[in-house]
Amino acid sequence: MSEDQSQHDLDVAAVDGGASVPPSVTSALLYLDGVSVSFDGYRAIRNLSLFIAQGEMRAIIGPNGAGKTTMMDIVTGKTRPDEGDVLFDHGKHDLTKLDETAIAELGIGRKFQKPTVFESHTVADNVLLALSGPRGPVASLFGWRNKVSREKVDAILQTAGLLEHRERLAGEISHGQKQWLEIGMLLAQDPAILLVDEPVAGMTDHETELTAELLRQINKEHTVVVVEHDMAFVRALDCKVTCLHEGSVLAEGTLDRVAGDDRVIEVYLGR
Amino acid sequence: MITKLFLERFDKAGWIFLGIMAAVAIFVPLSNLLLPVDSALHVPTHVMSLIGKYLCYAILALSLDLVWGYCGILSLGHGAFFALGGYAMGMYLMRQIGPRGVYGNPVLPDFMVFLNWKELPWFWYGFDMFPFALLMMALAPGLLAFLFGWLAFRSRVTGVYLSIITQAMTYALLLAFFRNDMGFGGNNGLTDFKDILGFNIQAQGTRAALFFVTALLLILSYVLARWMVTTAFGKVLIAVRDAESRTRFLGYRVEHFKLLVFTVSAAMAGIAGALYVPQVGIINPSEFSPANSIEAVIWVAVGGRGTLVGAALGAVVVNFLKTSFTTGFLAPYWLFMLGGLFIAVTLAMPKGIVGTLQDWSGRNRARASALDASAQKPAE
Repeated sequence: MSEDQSQHDLDVAAVDGGASVPPSVTSALLYLDGVSVSFDGYRAIRNLSLFIAQGEMRAIIGPNGAGKTTMMDIVTGKTRPDEGDVLFDHGKHDLTKLDETAIAELGIGRKFQKPTVFESHTVADNVLLALSGPRGPVASLFGWRNKVSREKVDAILQTAGLLEHRERLAGEISHGQKQWLEIGMLLAQDPAILLVDEPVAGMTDHETELTAELLRQINKEHTVVVVEHDMAFVRALDCKVTCLHEGSVLAEGTLDRVAGDDRVIEVYLGR
Repeated sequence: MITKLFLERFDKAGWIFLGIMAAVAIFVPLSNLLLPVDSALHVPTHVMSLIGKYLCYAILALSLDLVWGYCGILSLGHGAFFALGGYAMGMYLMRQIGPRGVYGNPVLPDFMVFLNWKELPWFWYGFDMFPFALLMMALAPGLLAFLFGWLAFRSRVTGVYLSIITQAMTYALLLAFFRNDMGFGGNNGLTDFKDILGFNIQAQGTRAALFFVTALLLILSYVLARWMVTTAFGKVLIAVRDAESRTRFLGYRVEHFKLLVFTVSAAMAGIAGALYVPQVGIINPSEFSPANSIEAVIWVAVGGRGTLVGAALGAVVVNFLKTSFTTGFLAPYWLFMLGGLFIAVTLAMPKGIVGTLQDWSGRNRARASALDASAQKPAE
């Protein structure tokens, strides 16, 4: 039993007496326990348990089909698990009961594997739409989002290194820039946790370095979960690593420990 | 400050459109009323009514562009909202006839007397009062759109499936309104109108006033639509159009945005229908026919989807062609021409007339600035 697991059990024992809405309480910001999901009989996630602490940076690695993206789909409400608990904010919210919008409103931001920005909007407008704040239709017609100061958007564009591209259409910028724009949009959302799916896929080495730097900077104020294949990038992130395989956790710990694990070498890294 | 912000919302095409519409709104009625009949600038009454009809279609096209061009909701049933607004106006005009009908019944319209009805159905109450009728012209289609949208958008019905059920909606209404016992005049619809607000509906002055009001409402509809699409609300609509699920992950309640724009659009279409009825003198169930709604989509595609001005232009251009071709020896071929036009525009000018023009001017400007830049280089 891992450290997190025992911690969790203690917490549950402490509050189980008043079994109210939260099914259990945990010290983890994001908590997945015993989660399984299958598609047409294929079990993409099997009894997966994962705990992300507040302020943590976590890299998730694993071979294709290990369930990395499905795990993110479950957390963001795109896919409903067949069984298991998915809790957020120290057990306050049961994510399996909420839809995508509600989950985003709780402060879970996601960057997709394939960068999806709003291509017919300018770079600046993409950030504007992402800025945290009231998101209702009436608020959008009359509200503050129409009066956002240029500085606020520009500060985020500066961080994402896109300031000189602010007026270009998001469909016209390069692949790497789209990835950064998406990370910038995540920042603008100011979420409690950022789920970042393969941020450096298709990037040059230099862009990859800049991205690692950007994520480390973001991690100063936000919890970050990164799914990535690029081991050099994961090393640059310098954080705890979880290796998934066939829908469950194979190994967890420092990169050196995980990379030294015999099973990880066998299924993923190769000899 | 507010006026300044407001003025900045209109682009070049918008200013041209507003200028032309203001000129048309003032010139056409005045020319019809004041200039002598033999003057070259005189607009005959039947031409004025015809243009007035085009302008009603232009409002319908604007409302459709708002949902299709900006939010990606391809409604193939917008004619239903237009027709409902038209029926609301028709009911008011029927009540205005009073005892002057063929049967002389002071309360019941002729068709009800003919059907041996003894009293006015409850849903006809209030339509003798213009303010109530006015409210219903926007509210009846708006309410239908709200209920329809609430069910459809909440269940995430999108794309072609949504288009099909909007088509089914207008077809269902077509069949319903054909029935005599629905209480809307059945097959014949509502006609033989006499007065509107106490003025003879056939009188030249009334027709000129109706034209002016139509042009004015087209301007107001444009201003409203343009305002909506240039706010953050409009940016969210475009985001929904281009990447709906991404918008959801960003924390926007997509269905609420769709519902609001769909309802506003339906109310706008209803107003267009209400203005249409007194100018053509009749409303009958054929206005619900699916072909009408599809035609409206073609206007928007021809003029330029997602440009607003293009939608209005497309409605006028296509209907002008329709009038020209359905009155001569080419009449039997009109539907082929319309279909051909749609295919030609889709293949050759996917952005429609206005979209293509804007692309050209944008490219020219880019080329001009590139020339400027290369001209400046040696000087540095």
